[in-house]
Amino acid sequence: MEFFVFVCSALMILVGAVGVIVRKHPVHAALSLVLTLFGVAVLFVAQEAHFLAAVQVIVYAGAIVVLFLFVIMLLGVDRVENLRTEPLSGQRPLAVLASLGLVAVLITAILRGNQIFNERGTGLNLPDAQDGPDANTVQLAESIFSQYVVAFEVTSVLLVIAVVGTVLLTRRTRATAE
Amino acid sequence: MNDLSNFFGPAVDWLAISPLLSLLAGALTLLLVGSLTGQWPWRLYAHLTALSAVIAIAISIRLWGDVGTNGARLLIGGALALDQFALFAAIAICLAIALVSYLTSDYLNREGVDLPEIYALYLTAGIGALVMIASNDLVVLFLGLETLGLSLYLLAASNRRQVSSQEAGLKYFILGGFASAFFLYGVALVYGVTGSTRLINLNAALTSYIPVPRNDAVLLIGIGMILIGFAFKVSLVPFQAWTPDVYQGAPTPTTAFVASVGKIAALVALVRVFVVAFPSRSDDWGTIVFVLSALTLVVGSVVAVVQTNVKRMLAYSSISHAGFILVGLEAASHRASANVDDGLVGVAVYVVLYAAMVVGTFGVVTVVTSDQANSDASGSASLDSFKGLAKSQPLLGLAMTVLLLAQAGMPLTSGFVAKFGVIQAAVAVGSYELAVIAMVCAVIAAFVYLRIMVSMWLADPSDSTTVKVPPLSRISIAVAVAVTLVTGFLPSLILDLGSNLAELASK
Repeated sequence: MEFFVFVCSALMILVGAVGVIVRKHPVHAALSLVLTLFGVAVLFVAQEAHFLAAVQVIVYAGAIVVLFLFVIMLLGVDRVENLRTEPLSGQRPLAVLASLGLVAVLITAILRGNQIFNERGTGLNLPDAQDGPDANTVQLAESIFSQYVVAFEVTSVLLVIAVVGTVLLTRRTRATAE
Repeated sequence: MNDLSNFFGPAVDWLAISPLLSLLAGALTLLLVGSLTGQWPWRLYAHLTALSAVIAIAISIRLWGDVGTNGARLLIGGALALDQFALFAAIAICLAIALVSYLTSDYLNREGVDLPEIYALYLTAGIGALVMIASNDLVVLFLGLETLGLSLYLLAASNRRQVSSQEAGLKYFILGGFASAFFLYGVALVYGVTGSTRLINLNAALTSYIPVPRNDAVLLIGIGMILIGFAFKVSLVPFQAWTPDVYQGAPTPTTAFVASVGKIAALVALVRVFVVAFPSRSDDWGTIVFVLSALTLVVGSVVAVVQTNVKRMLAYSSISHAGFILVGLEAASHRASANVDDGLVGVAVYVVLYAAMVVGTFGVVTVVTSDQANSDASGSASLDSFKGLAKSQPLLGLAMTVLLLAQAGMPLTSGFVAKFGVIQAAVAVGSYELAVIAMVCAVIAAFVYLRIMVSMWLADPSDSTTVKVPPLSRISIAVAVAVTLVTGFLPSLILDLGSNLAELASK
């Protein structure tokens, strides 16, 4: 059963990812992204990370893709980029080489990681069924407010900057309104 | 159900993070009160910014004594480090914020738009920088990097009336985002290998955990990607392409800020990550740093010579300065040598002195290019605008001369102390090739500064307009020149401080 779920969601993710690149129409590409993100959410559920799955759907598949669609609509759906022109000659073969290298690195990492996990265990402290349905969320919260509390607080500064930046770059000042 | 009543967060040493809080309080006050009230009189935006920076400096000095007696330690569950290496850089960063905010005040008032947001962004950038230099965790470091980076992109694009500023902001944003992606990927790979993002744990894991040192391709690729991310941020050759365009296009006070705060933070964080987390692989990254440093020195110095725009010239000179600082990091990679700590001290002293020099230099450029007649269409400074400056404004010309001599590394200026520190460190660990390259490049780079000086002293003023120096800019430039001269004449002032600098927090 778990294998079946994995194959289905992996197919969703891959089809979506290929769709993002292959689709000519930007709206279709953005919708393909939804498929990929939803597939990842299914994988999270299969790993019993229900909270992360919900966040994945709400934040990524919901908010972020909607934001993408807004931007695409604002810029105009009908604009078509000519993909034939290559600003840097020879970048495509190089890109193929680089991505093959990256695939090799990832496969090595997974294989070696597997070997190490077999030797020493994953070292992860996963909640089991008797901890109750909220165990994941509780563990996440403890992690955020203990080990990563500084990171959490710095993120709030980051969000303030984003807001300030939006205001700064879009406001019509008296000087620009002239 | 899990019981949360027995959950205790990590202990927080509030005094130790007060420099951060001071900057944050300043930024939030500016944003909140600034948005509710109209234009503030008497340049209060700049004064408030400088005040929070000065408070942060005062607290840092207080902490300096504390660390001197109690030793370096980790804060908030090991996320941040408190040591003199970080405090030293923190003081320089806050000083740069104060000086740049005064320069900006004059600049913005001349342009007719004095906005609180700009100053708030200086302060948030400062928060990012302080987090970066003290971070003992790769995730925290990344967030600091982004906090600093986002503020800098916005500042670079903040002059909305100039296309070149928009272009600089966009270029900086795209390349900076690219670099952040590299950095994050490297962090992910390193985390995958070691199972931790805390620098201290990384070192422990790498020395005890990974049994076969030559079978760690994933780890080395991760380290390489982290290094690439940093190399973009500090503009090391061959990752320097954005630097001249951004330095030229951004408003000049912002350029001063990018060159000082942005560079110090990234360099100090780079040194901390590699020295604290990856000392066990120092043979591997030492070689890469050697090559990067040599390339950066040569390209930065040689290309600077052929520029005609002063801001581009100084951009390339800042690239070559980064090369000098890497000489210190290279020295710190020779772990077999007894003098390995000299490199760390050299780096710390260099970044602090460099901050004062570069803020002062760009301060003069800001003042000189204030005259609209002197700037070309894109609002940037050509070498011609400095013609005869020493004759029409002797004091300003003298200040610029001192600052340029310091950048060139003349004895009796702070630049000499800085350059001597890193080159001496390289010699002490037996890295003679790099020391020779650095010295040759110092001579080549001196020619650049000489060109500006010749233009200032020997040429006649091109037209009758005289440059006016606004009062706040006068303070900034005077402080920068004073730091440059005092540490140049009395290097012991700063070198005696450095005895504990190499003790990085690890507990």
